[in-house]
Amino acid sequence: MTPFQLNDPGSSFQDLLSSSQPDLILNRIDAKGAFSEGQNILKTVPHGTTILSLRYQEGVIICGDRRATEGYTISERRIEKVYKTDETSAIAISGAAGPCIEMTRLFQVELEHYEKLEGHLLSLEGKANKLAQMIKANLPMAMQGLVVIPIYAGYDLKRKTGRIFKFDVAGGRYEEREYYATGSGGRDAKGTLKRMFKPNLSRDEAIRVALEAIYDAAEADVATGGPDMLRGIFPNVMVMSKKGVMDVPDEDVQAIYEEILERLREGQ
Amino acid sequence: MGMPYYVSPEQMMQDKAEYARKGIARGRSTIALEFLNGILLFADNPSTLNKISEIYDRIAFAGAGKYNEFENLRKAGIRHADMKGYVYSREDVTARSLANAYSQTIGDVFSQEMKPLEIEILVIEVGESVDGNEMYRIQFDGSILDEKSFTVIGGQSEDLTEALKSRYKLTSLKGALSICWTALEAESEDDIDPESLEVAVLDRSSKGRQFRRLDLKEVKKYLNK
Repeated sequence: MTPFQLNDPGSSFQDLLSSSQPDLILNRIDAKGAFSEGQNILKTVPHGTTILSLRYQEGVIICGDRRATEGYTISERRIEKVYKTDETSAIAISGAAGPCIEMTRLFQVELEHYEKLEGHLLSLEGKANKLAQMIKANLPMAMQGLVVIPIYAGYDLKRKTGRIFKFDVAGGRYEEREYYATGSGGRDAKGTLKRMFKPNLSRDEAIRVALEAIYDAAEADVATGGPDMLRGIFPNVMVMSKKGVMDVPDEDVQAIYEEILERLREGQ
Repeated sequence: MGMPYYVSPEQMMQDKAEYARKGIARGRSTIALEFLNGILLFADNPSTLNKISEIYDRIAFAGAGKYNEFENLRKAGIRHADMKGYVYSREDVTARSLANAYSQTIGDVFSQEMKPLEIEILVIEVGESVDGNEMYRIQFDGSILDEKSFTVIGGQSEDLTEALKSRYKLTSLKGALSICWTALEAESEDDIDPESLEVAVLDRSSKGRQFRRLDLKEVKKYLNK
């Protein structure tokens, strides 16, 4: 176990972890040789797929499908790609599932750790920058196929608005003003978002737009899971406003999908 | 040529203990008190520097004595807890293990360093029922006391403990606040003011992180001030 440290290593949990337990930081592990030449890492490690975020009147919505794939095989039907990171923000992940989930856990602890040590929350921008640094640190792993590409969204308490941040593999951080989607089905989801997005959508309208986008992505992309009525598996949706982060219950998502399917049956 | 001198270990320990006790008694008190839905932390603290803090989901910390010394311990505790929760799981972080780590560190400083730590700390964990609560009081020499119902650190803690003994009963949060208030009022020479209180709870009815600070408005409402 970690020695009880009396010297001050600062307020970052990631720094603490890399100084006291460096073997737990994924990017320190050399994955070369772990996979024999010619073997495609995409077929060996589960990957996550369509995630998206859009702003609405009172904040921002974040959404992700539930399927993980290993090559052409479905490895997981119920994986969660959307996680609450603190009381005002959430992250959606795409890329290699293992490193994605690990980075999310580390990021959650990082935010809580900072808040407890410093006695106040990081700004939303500060949190997004921290996440960008973590993605940048993962670059060696990304070069070997273990990519982590999240969307980070939250309600900015100072600016009183919802904000969306997207990232590239090298740790580039960009803010989106309206909507964004990424992952293997991201292109298709973006098409739907482009068609249906309007400024100042209501909460319910925005949830519907998000779910339509996931549906369209699942129709066109094999690695994206649509609503699974048979097993009762539905995309995860979270809503962030000044009231905090709210998980949209599966029953509500199911009801919206039933309406969408009904409409499609009628050919409208 | 300097005279060689001898101080017996007993004498040395006694001197250190006296020195530490004096330092701790100069400050003001902090109370931890069990109520029906959790544990109340109540500090007489006019400063903006906190004496009470969150450590983990169900665990809180309170320090009395020298600020910089217990602040260091507070941070070490958060690091210890977050690291353990990350490496294993959130439910594996316990007050007992944390209290042991504190006791070791504080005890080592007391026996090895010239100057002992002039602090007294509390490590509190709220259980799923009142029986599951844990309250550890760790003293300047590293000794741990396992407390029940209520406990006091810092300032004139013995007097305040007596005042609480006659008033304590297991009650609501509002009742618990008023017990602490009346006990503190009875033992203070000056008038006390709700504005100079630092109040927090570990509330077992909430999910996830159960530590919550009560703002002045809430404190005044509960105290009818």
